[in-house]
Amino acid sequence: MASKFVLSNKTGWLMAGPAAFLIGCFIVLPFILAIGFSFTNQRLVSPNAADFTGLANYRQLLGISTLTLDPVKDDAGAVKMTAEGTPEYPSLRTYTRNNPDYPGLNGMREWFSFGSGGDARTYVLARDVVFLTAILNTFIFVIVVAPVQGALALGLALLINQKLRGINVFRAIYFMPVVVSIVVVSLLWRFFYDQQSGVLNNILGAVSFGAIPRVDWLGNPNTALGAIIFMSIWQAVGFHMVIWLSGLQTISPTLYEAAAIEGSSKWQTFRYITWPGLRNTAVLVMVVITMQAFGLFAQIDVMTKGGPLDATQTIVFQAVQRGYGKQDISGGSTISVILFVIVLSVSLLQRWLTREKK
Amino acid sequence: MTQMKWLTGAAFAAAALSSAAQAQTTLSMWYHGAGNEVEAKIINQIITDFNASQPDWKVELQSFPQAAYNDSVTAGALAGNLPDILDVDGPNMPNWAWAGYMQPLQIDESKIANFLPGPQGHYNGKLYSIGLWDAAVALVTRQSYLDELGLRKPTLEQPWTGDEFEAALKAAKDSGKFKYALDVGMAWTGEWYPYAFSPFLQSFGGDIVDRTSYTTAEGALNGDAAIAWGNWWQHLFKDGYAQATQDPADRDNGFNAGEYAFSWNGNWAALNALKAFPDTIFLPSPDFGHGPKIGAASWQFGVSAKSQHPDGASKFIEFALQDKYLADFSNGIGLIPPTPTSAAMTDNYKAGGPMAVFYDLTKAQALVRPVTPGYIVQAKVFEKAAADIANGADVVTTLDAAVDEINADIEKNNGYAPVN
Repeated sequence: MASKFVLSNKTGWLMAGPAAFLIGCFIVLPFILAIGFSFTNQRLVSPNAADFTGLANYRQLLGISTLTLDPVKDDAGAVKMTAEGTPEYPSLRTYTRNNPDYPGLNGMREWFSFGSGGDARTYVLARDVVFLTAILNTFIFVIVVAPVQGALALGLALLINQKLRGINVFRAIYFMPVVVSIVVVSLLWRFFYDQQSGVLNNILGAVSFGAIPRVDWLGNPNTALGAIIFMSIWQAVGFHMVIWLSGLQTISPTLYEAAAIEGSSKWQTFRYITWPGLRNTAVLVMVVITMQAFGLFAQIDVMTKGGPLDATQTIVFQAVQRGYGKQDISGGSTISVILFVIVLSVSLLQRWLTREKK
Repeated sequence: MTQMKWLTGAAFAAAALSSAAQAQTTLSMWYHGAGNEVEAKIINQIITDFNASQPDWKVELQSFPQAAYNDSVTAGALAGNLPDILDVDGPNMPNWAWAGYMQPLQIDESKIANFLPGPQGHYNGKLYSIGLWDAAVALVTRQSYLDELGLRKPTLEQPWTGDEFEAALKAAKDSGKFKYALDVGMAWTGEWYPYAFSPFLQSFGGDIVDRTSYTTAEGALNGDAAIAWGNWWQHLFKDGYAQATQDPADRDNGFNAGEYAFSWNGNWAALNALKAFPDTIFLPSPDFGHGPKIGAASWQFGVSAKSQHPDGASKFIEFALQDKYLADFSNGIGLIPPTPTSAAMTDNYKAGGPMAVFYDLTKAQALVRPVTPGYIVQAKVFEKAAADIANGADVVTTLDAAVDEINADIEKNNGYAPVN
């Protein structure tokens, strides 16, 4: 006896079949394989069969340790000072390279450090500083892009949700960057950001009569990630604008008419009619932006390749670099699994935060 | 009626042609140069000549764009679908040989005795690949610059020392006539970094990996010599002799527009430089203590491991090694011919030719990149280290991290021990 679910949904299954098959083949199956690979030392190109290595890949990527050091003292017991007037600490290298007293620190690097009472300094050491930097950069990207892009898109949607002559021209203009390939957009923005001849520097120079110095936006570790965030927000804002727009158009005009009769102000109309009506759209937009932002890759690959000084390393870029560039499929797979766990947790958190309160 | 006759005739001719072709065994061949008309013309000429020269083999060519070529070979190998003959970038050959993509050539070594060392692809004591050309890098400048700055012209016998090079850069910078004293080509990210910059490291006495064992980079890439290189490399950028981030357009036209006093560039850019400034000269690499060094090895031909006809494939490659074809490639795309006899047949590399100096440079200074299957990873690690140091990262920490990454990779691959 087949269940009613299967029988009555025969046509449904038939229609979903091709898509489900393709998703299974190209998304579900590779992901299950990736979980498997992450516990091995699988290579892209190798005559050797892969061995099971347990959690070694995870330990290599996420290994963190701390080391507290006292400053170097001279013979009189006074703290030695560096040329900059700060206390001098022993070289970390003497602890992290072939030091039999600290076998656990072998091969680790300083991630960051902070003062810990008196002159002592605590160093946070990581096995893979680049990957941890990539996680941090990705989170910064998500935390900035998700609210800013969502809000800008809503603003644009409100602006173009009017019955004006030629409003479609504006809709088309705002939507245009979404249609152009992200690779093309990234290449163009690389020219915009150029130090010598970039449009951005030319404009800044012109409006400030040369007071603002020319900045190497992508070549400076302090501005590179910001430059990519700005460009990414601009590129995809039109897409989310359209989603907001569709949400706006589902709100019944009678509600607005009623509000107008009641004499509600513009802000009150937005606060008590538009915003509650957009609830589900808002959840969708936030979840989609967050997931897309975690997948940041193409802009990095075209514009900075993770540099300068790891300022724009991201999780997906690292996964591709290792899995493909450095032929380390197991390392790339491990990063994918870690990313999956991160995105899943964030999505669950978002769902919980936006749950229907009964 | 006449048309009918003509058709029958054509059909007959076609049948005759195809039956003649049937007698020959087909050898498939992959090449990375799709899109380059001159290259295609020369390689097609070689294939046509070879197919007509003997009755047994018929080579069929399939060209790929260079950017997609390595991926295609990897995918082809995973699918068990490689051609009989393929071409390979010199430093990648050990990886492909180790992975079981390629087999040793059946070419007598005496046939290539007069070849430059760069184009000879030896791995594990066997010849796996052979190149029809090589490429070389030189310090490009103008005689007039040297005269103005009062600098000695270095020669192959007596290249600049590290100090002389330093003084030359300082003189160029102090003259105030150039945007930057030196253009090393930071815009060309990718293989250019290990190809062009690791010879400096080797001249300092370091290396990307320890070449005696190929099982560790400890000491080679983070020893005193390597740290000295790192400090020197960083000072180029910190002290304003060169720029750490470079616009690709500056790389392509900067020297020709007079923006740089010295440019570290390859023979492929030489003709344009000569066109811009007839007094352009090509100087040997400076000697930082362990001899002047430049990189070597370009694209080379080999036979795939799964080929059913390695004898025929080797015959074709041997056929292609004739001086006239080597000279054709050099004349066509400006590459360095690999033998003295073929060099004599070219316009640019014959004795007294405008680029003859490159032939001598590669003969005197060339050092192939580390001959190990791990080079593919090591090259990327070195690239990142060189870029980070140029951008101001701590030299010792960066080199230590690079060593750790290279050693972890070697360990993950059981020391890259040859399997067969």
